[in-house]
Formats: sequence, C-alpha cells, structure tokens
Amino acid sequence: MTQRAGQPAEQGPAVDVTGGGPLCHSPRVALRPIDPLALRIDQVGPTLLGGWSATSGLRHFPPSPVCPFTGADDVQPIDLEREGTVWLHTAVNVAPPGYAGRVPYGFGIVELDGTPLLRIVTRLDGEGLAPGVRVHLEGEEVPGPDGEPVVTWVFRT
Amino acid sequence: MTDVRITGVGLHPFGRFEGSTGTDMGVVAVRSALAEAGIGARDVQAAFCGTAYGGIAAGHRVLGALAGTGIPIYDVEAGCASGGAALQLAAASIAAGQHRRVLVFGVEKMPKGIIRSSFFAPWQEAAGLTPAPAYFALRAQRLLVEAGLTVDHLAQVVVKNRRHGVDNPDAMFRKAVTADEVLAARMICPPLTLFMLCSPNEGGAAVVLESGEAGRGGVRVAGISLRSHLPGNVLGEDSPLCGIDDAAITPPTTLAADDAYAQAGLGPDDIDVVECQDTDAARELLAWAELGLCAPGGQAKILADGDALIGGALPVNPSGGLLSKGEPLGASALGQVVEIVRQLRGTAGARQVDGARVGLAHVIGRGANACVTVLTQ
Repeated sequence: MTQRAGQPAEQGPAVDVTGGGPLCHSPRVALRPIDPLALRIDQVGPTLLGGWSATSGLRHFPPSPVCPFTGADDVQPIDLEREGTVWLHTAVNVAPPGYAGRVPYGFGIVELDGTPLLRIVTRLDGEGLAPGVRVHLEGEEVPGPDGEPVVTWVFRT
Repeated sequence: MTDVRITGVGLHPFGRFEGSTGTDMGVVAVRSALAEAGIGARDVQAAFCGTAYGGIAAGHRVLGALAGTGIPIYDVEAGCASGGAALQLAAASIAAGQHRRVLVFGVEKMPKGIIRSSFFAPWQEAAGLTPAPAYFALRAQRLLVEAGLTVDHLAQVVVKNRRHGVDNPDAMFRKAVTADEVLAARMICPPLTLFMLCSPNEGGAAVVLESGEAGRGGVRVAGISLRSHLPGNVLGEDSPLCGIDDAAITPPTTLAADDAYAQAGLGPDDIDVVECQDTDAARELLAWAELGLCAPGGQAKILADGDALIGGALPVNPSGGLLSKGEPLGASALGQVVEIVRQLRGTAGARQVDGARVGLAHVIGRGANACVTVLTQ
C-alpha cells in the first residue's frame, strides 16, 4: 500500500510518452490516451488509473463506481503501480477485429506491484517475456477507434 | 415439479453452407424435431430461439417460414450458452405449468475469422485487448501449470474428439488427426495451435419439450441451470480488465453444475456420457474439473487411461465436440443436447456409448454464461 490511495495526480499537459522508440512522433505531437478513464498521459509518462475501496481493501482497473469485487461504494481514484511481474503470456499473430496496431504482439496478465494481488490484462513487449519476469509500463501509439492516433499502454521487459 | 421431457430432436449439420441462411438452417432443424415428436408447428404453445448473431427476431423468421401461429416467440441471446438459456427458459415454462408443449431451437450463421463481439468497448478493441484466442491461450497456460499438464495432453484432447467426429455425419471435420499433426499445425496463440481451437461456423438444432403428462416417454430434463460469473478471475469469461486472487472463487460452470445436479438428485458419479464446451482443448480439460468429473489435476490420468473415449469409463464429447463440429453459437448448446438425447435413446449409431442412462451437456462462454443440463432416460 504505497503511494497509490487518494493520489489523484494533477492533470498535466499531454506530452510524448512513447520513450523515443520507433513509434514515437517526431516532431513531438500531443496524443490522447486511448481511454481517458483508464489511462492518463502527462510529464511522468503513462499512468493506469484505478480505484481503491477502503472497505474491500482492493484495487481495481479501470475505475468503477463500486468495487467490482465486493460492490463496496467507497471507491476513490488512485494511480496504479507502473511496475509488475508477468504471470501469464502468449502472442497474438493476427490482428483482432477493431485493432490496427502492429502484429504480432505480446499479450498476457501482469501482477502489479503492491498488495493485495491485482492482475491486469495487458499487451506485453520486450525480450525474454516469461512468467516471473519484471515489466514496466510504457505508452505506445496505435490507431484509435476513429483511426486517429492515440496512446495505449504496454508492459515491457 | 412437473416432469419435462424431450420428445423430438433435430439438427441441421454444423459447417459452412454458402447460400443457406440461418433461417433456412433453423427450419431444417425444427421440421426434423417436430417430425420426431409427431406434431406440427401449430401444435406448440411457445417457442424459444437461441442465437447470438441472428439479429432481431431470428426465431420469428424461422417459425414464420413454417406457420404463423400467434404463439409467444422468445429470442434469447446468452453468447455461447444461448441455446442453453433458451432451453432453460422453455423447461421452466413447462415446469411452472404455463405451457404443456414448446419448441426450442438455435440458429447461427457466424462471420468467418476471429469473432467480433459487441461485448467490448471500441477502445478495448483498438487497444488490442480483445483477441479471443489469446484469452483461451492464457487460460490454457494457467491450466498446464496448475494441473501439471503439457501440450501433449492438449493434443490428446483434439485427437480424441476428432476421432469421435469421424462417425458424426453432422460434424464439420470428419478426419481423424494425430497428436503430431495437432502439435505441428499453425501456432495461433501459444500454446494453442489451429487444431486445438474450434471453428465458429453455421448450423441449427431443435428440440420439442413436453410436460410429463403430455410427453410419451422421451428423455427427461432432470436438471438445467444457467449461471453467470462471480467477480475476481481475470481470465473469467466475463472478460474483465483486472482480477484478484481467485483461488476461492467458484467458476460459473461449477455454479451451474452444482445447481443442475441438485435439481436432478444426481452427482458427477452418476453421469454416463458428457458433451462439454471444447472451444479449445484446454477448455475441455478445465470443464472436467469444474463439472466435478475429476479432481483438479486429475486430467492426465483420465487421458492416459483413455477414460474419456467412447468405450472408456466416462466418454466425453462422443459427437466429436466443437473441435469436430465447429461452434455455431446459438445452436451449439442444443446440438449437445441432441447428441445426449440420441445417446440415451441408444440411437447414436457408431458413436453409441453402451448403457448410457444419464447424460450431461455443458456450455460456457462470454458474459459469463454457463449452462449445465442433466438428462435421464
């Protein structure tokens, strides 16, 4: 239970967060998060937005009006940890319907740092993906639902 | 409770049928079921149609092609369990004394390729978070670790079901495969190869249900339950974006199975033949444990002993399963019921499970929706 609860970070100006990788815009262009309720983009980089209920003691993602696990209604917004550990992973070789980003791509479940356990569905990238490997959050540009570029998240080794 | 009996079953084969609409396939299945029951379309008091992609009033289109009767027609969508949900509602309407004879059918004509689902928000699709086979693969990865299984066990499930499917004239794939062929097939999402995944396709299935007084013999619906999920499992069919420690969370299949067993006054040990959801090879192995047919981790021994083969101690998917038949969502659950009815009647031909007296049909899919039906002679 580190810095997360009750820390709705101030909204900063949108900046490039793609880490200067091949998908980063040059010159830098402000990009929208793929879903503003799930992801924030600011100077710190991408942040997954979550909820936390004191009653249930559980984090969740993305924020829900009530704790999705217990129904408790004392949910407060939190910033989720940016680091975690791969639990399960596989590879997607064919773009699923509605997705226009790169393929193949890694896909799996990450257990975020902190307690109690919180597992997140995520794309994965990097060398040496395997259960138990440490990963960190990064942003990645993909075409959004309307075809315009947006930033989504990926956990990378 | 009033006895609910199945007095007629019918199928349109599962596969790909250029030029046939879902309505056409539904009509074939319904006509066949009505003929078996010795009645006409005007002799039922209500109809229940399961479909996921059939569009508005799919059931009305099928019945409208046979007879405009003014009866209530319920179109039911519950993902992979759509036909099971229709059957559950239909059985309840008879058990409640509302109707004495009803028609239940399922129709589907699925788009090709990975199934697009309106279940997800557009941003989740654009983020690459909705690849159905990848979810199946993650579930398989977890099962392999937790049940002490290997990809060879996954291949053995495919070999079993495809062997069974050879003798099913209504199946899409009727060629046996070897474990080597399964493992060498195109990798879709590790550890699942193409042959380990069922094909979305097309087809129809129908049953006539009657109250005990009206039913002349027939197979008895001893228990049927539709259940959704409890939250927490990140790999659950409710497809959440997050989950917690789920060790103590009962999966929807178990919720439905426990309910159906209780209604029937029977348990897993009483089951002689099973049709279960094999969307992918791992899903079948998971179902064995969730249905109480084996202890968690007991799958390897069952496979080694050949128990799940026709001729084994508890044959599973004698129809060839979805891995042989393909999965037309609205029709697949009723297709399983049709197979169990034929097994209990002793009319399953080369696929017959000797001495089958109690059968179980199981579907699980997005929602989550799980349906378990226990049928007895």
